[in-house]
Amino acid sequence: MAAISRDEVAHLARLSRLAVTEQELDTFAGQLDVILQAVARVGEVTAADIPPTSHAVPLTNVLREDVVVDCLRRDDALAGAPDVAEDRFRVPRILDEEA
Amino acid sequence: MTTTTLPTYDDAVARYEPVIGLETHVELGTRTKMFCGCPTDFGGEPNTRVCPVCLGLPGSLPVANKAAIEATIRIGLALNCSIATWCRFARKNYFYPDMPKNFQISQYDEPLCVDGYLDVEVDGETVRIGIERVHLEEDTGKTLHVGGATGRIHGATESLVDYNRAGIPLVEIVTKPVPGTGALAPAVARAYVTELRDVIRGLGVSDVRMEEGSLRCDVNTSLNRPGEEWGTRTETKNVNSLRSVERAVRSEIIRQASVLDAGGRIVQETRHFSEETGDTSPGRSKETATDYRYFPEPDLVPLAPDPAWVAELKASLPEPPRVRRKRLQEAWGLSDLDMQSVVNAGAVELIEETVAAGATAAGARKWWLGELARRANESGVELAAVGATPAQVAELQRLVDDGKLNDKLARVVLEGVVAGEGSPTEVMSARGLAVVSDTSALTAAVDEAIAANPDIAAKVRDGKVAAAGALVGAVMKSTKGQADAKTVRELILSRLGAS
Amino acid sequence: MSDLTRMTAVEVADLIARGEVSAVEVTRQHLDRIAAVDPRVHAFLHVDADGALDAARAVDARRAEGEPLGPLAGVPVAVKDVVTTRGVPTTAGSKILEGWRPPYDATVVERLRNAGTVMLGKTNMDEFAMGSSTEYSAYGRTHNPWDLGRIPGGSGGGSAAALAAYEAPLAIGTDTGGSIRQPGAVTGTVGAKPTYGGTSRYGLIAFSSSLDTPGPCARTVLDAALLHEVIAGHDPRDSTSIPQPVPPVVEAARQGATGDLSGVRLGLVTEFSGEGAEPGVMAAFRDALDALTKLGAEIVEVSCPHFQYALPAYYLIAPSECSSNLARFDGVRYGLRVGDDGTRALEEVMSLTREAGFGPEVKRRIIIGTYALSSGYYEAYYGQAQKVRTLISQDFARAFEQVDVLVSPTTPFVAFPFGSRTSDPYQMYLADLFTIPTNLYGGPAISVPCGLSDGLPVGFQIMAPTMADDRMYRVAAALESAVGTLTPPSLEG
Repeated sequence: MAAISRDEVAHLARLSRLAVTEQELDTFAGQLDVILQAVARVGEVTAADIPPTSHAVPLTNVLREDVVVDCLRRDDALAGAPDVAEDRFRVPRILDEEA
Repeated sequence: MTTTTLPTYDDAVARYEPVIGLETHVELGTRTKMFCGCPTDFGGEPNTRVCPVCLGLPGSLPVANKAAIEATIRIGLALNCSIATWCRFARKNYFYPDMPKNFQISQYDEPLCVDGYLDVEVDGETVRIGIERVHLEEDTGKTLHVGGATGRIHGATESLVDYNRAGIPLVEIVTKPVPGTGALAPAVARAYVTELRDVIRGLGVSDVRMEEGSLRCDVNTSLNRPGEEWGTRTETKNVNSLRSVERAVRSEIIRQASVLDAGGRIVQETRHFSEETGDTSPGRSKETATDYRYFPEPDLVPLAPDPAWVAELKASLPEPPRVRRKRLQEAWGLSDLDMQSVVNAGAVELIEETVAAGATAAGARKWWLGELARRANESGVELAAVGATPAQVAELQRLVDDGKLNDKLARVVLEGVVAGEGSPTEVMSARGLAVVSDTSALTAAVDEAIAANPDIAAKVRDGKVAAAGALVGAVMKSTKGQADAKTVRELILSRLGAS
Repeated sequence: MSDLTRMTAVEVADLIARGEVSAVEVTRQHLDRIAAVDPRVHAFLHVDADGALDAARAVDARRAEGEPLGPLAGVPVAVKDVVTTRGVPTTAGSKILEGWRPPYDATVVERLRNAGTVMLGKTNMDEFAMGSSTEYSAYGRTHNPWDLGRIPGGSGGGSAAALAAYEAPLAIGTDTGGSIRQPGAVTGTVGAKPTYGGTSRYGLIAFSSSLDTPGPCARTVLDAALLHEVIAGHDPRDSTSIPQPVPPVVEAARQGATGDLSGVRLGLVTEFSGEGAEPGVMAAFRDALDALTKLGAEIVEVSCPHFQYALPAYYLIAPSECSSNLARFDGVRYGLRVGDDGTRALEEVMSLTREAGFGPEVKRRIIIGTYALSSGYYEAYYGQAQKVRTLISQDFARAFEQVDVLVSPTTPFVAFPFGSRTSDPYQMYLADLFTIPTNLYGGPAISVPCGLSDGLPVGFQIMAPTMADDRMYRVAAALESAVGTLTPPSLEG
């Protein structure tokens, strides 16, 4: 019984914005199945009453004062951008044609 | 079958029970953004208020703004919430170009404040709105849609993103569902947003201007038949004014009633409110809820607000607007209706300050809700910006009470004050508008009027005291209104032996 | 002129401080060395000769003015390409950031500059720090100077290879599951992972936020300790940065070098002492244990029963965090953009961009991570893994009540041939078997060369309690004093 199906992999790829090829889907589905079966071992541990760790450091309340700090120059902010227009980051239409 | 005719609103609420809920986002007025030191001032050239952190550049890390946390706790306290003793930020993961990291740092199952309430007055009744949670998150950038007809996203060929706003602290306030409001649902919704706005404004943590986007509101509505379970709710966005809040709820109730009447099913969706038509239209349908894959934000450590600090913040909360209004209403001796007029005119604080400057409540109210409100409306400005200060109004009233001005003259003086000519006393002197108080001069004017109107004078002598009015008018005319009418009348009557 | 490239950082710094050699000369020799051997080793993705010479000249100028120089002034450093360097290309080993020049320096880079070190360039790595062989770099493989047909370890294979090839005496790496230590082990160099939070992550391109740790790499323990003290310490720009003084690692390294470990208890992790490692690795490891015992250390067996779940837990937690951290690479604000020909909507352009820009290992981990965080799976996968993590931390805490440090081989295999572990991803993951537990706990660990197996280096791992980094340096220095450093076969000819 596979831990993850090819369809599920395709769905996850879509969710993560990865336009995987059919060939990749084939390869990944098999590989991910193996990996998931291996990592599922964590389920063998009885841990109902154990608190999960979310931070490896025992710190709380790390805060910063509400004081202005220098910004980036706009040129630096836009420097790496693939497409700029009117000093803004330009992207193709967000909605699909049908909308 | 022809097009469905919509039920009337009254008809809809006669047969269905609405349940409403509101989700409000408040942009905090802190100096800097939530997780970095970029300034938050309004305006500014695009992409000039950004840094590696709020741009989400590779390698950047967030550090939480203390003032934003304090403001959020104060909002929670003002809404009677419990403040978490320990809570975390969480990542809300989804792709959208206005979000530099393609996740938003927010709070998920551990909000900073929970389980509060806000009482609002509608139609003389107090309605308690439960507050589910108050939490803190970061705002997104602004996207300009280009190429479509209305500048909206539909039909746009491209979009332009400005990240100046990305990272500004946003407080999200979610109510518990509010059933049992019946036909008053739209009014309750509006009253809630109004009161919420006043509470937050009173805390000084945000401008809370709906028209500027520092207060954003989404309204949830569902209908059910009496005795049945709550229906499927829809969420309505683009509600940009208090009036729209009311209209959106109203319109959605009518629409949902119509669908249910026809045997249809309400789709759980996000709808878009239109200012022009007052109706809602479907947004992008989301039959299945988006899975945001929340997990605790590993780049930020937990918040554990010190209970002593929270207690201090609670103790120093300002008087809630409702309590303050009640206290002032009593002090001013106003009826509920009269007080409501004061509130609607936005004059509560102004009158309070005018009274503090020495006027009576009645006097203050008369000027602010009368002459000054009229001027404000004409000029299209807010009452507070009309050109007269509470201190000046108090001074004006004092001049009238002292007999130095009568009502008519006072209006003229006020005109001068508003025009910037100076204080009431200054304007009165400069324009020579003081009431004539020199008795001999007045007596002379009275004698003149009596002499010029012998028939009327005779009537008064005969006991027809009312006829004196015409003589008063004549004296007022000859003194160019600069006489106290009451004094003139007394003088006339005594002169004619009829007092 | 003796070969400056064969010297330790301490020796080079000393020559510069005494005016016997200029920083510029030191830098030139290293740049020459890179030119001579890097075509075969490919440790570097970018060499910043101009920047390096400028920095070297500045050190010489300060020395000429009689200004005080730090202990590493003028010493060349190679920096793993996962750390931002202002104006200098930073790729994280990925096509998706090809050509990107960050507008800001990472904190560790700032500290390197302030210390007067000379950055030679950026080193190769597995893409976004995901891998154990540097074979997943989008810019080609790095070759192990010990055997050019074998991997140099990963993800920080470039930094380790640069050291082993004498292209630099110091290097910066980052360690999330072993990415400093395992390359150190298979190249016969020293690689240290500080306590998590001990070095700032500001400017470190994030892979797994709760695990990533920048750290020092060198050919000797003392060199690593000196570099550690330069880069470590609290940073207000990193909320998870520890607000405590840096542990006295240099002092501990010097102390350890005297070769006296009497009273020191070394914990032998039962679960890591038998199967899983190649016989040659175990043999070298046991020889090292003998050497340490001769120096006075006591060996105590300790059981860490949840360590067997460390690898599965890691391969749930790290991909989950990475699936979120890598979402920002979408072709909007920087980096690669593919498929924007005017006919496609944004979602499709993003998907084509990420498809083209990410390699297979990164894609696999993004997909696993998205899965493990999904509603309905979160509790069983990510949630459960974080609970296992708590249990592993408890194992460490209990162990450290009995012993001062824990020891194990750094990695189960010596440098393996290219291509031998890329068809089955899980075979690659096994390289991290011994290094991962301490990442989950957040503790410091170091890999020190301890011998050879079939002519290839074996690394000895020492793990210490959180904020007790000095302890591991002491033991590492002691071991080094007993077994010496390893010299790779010459790359000349």
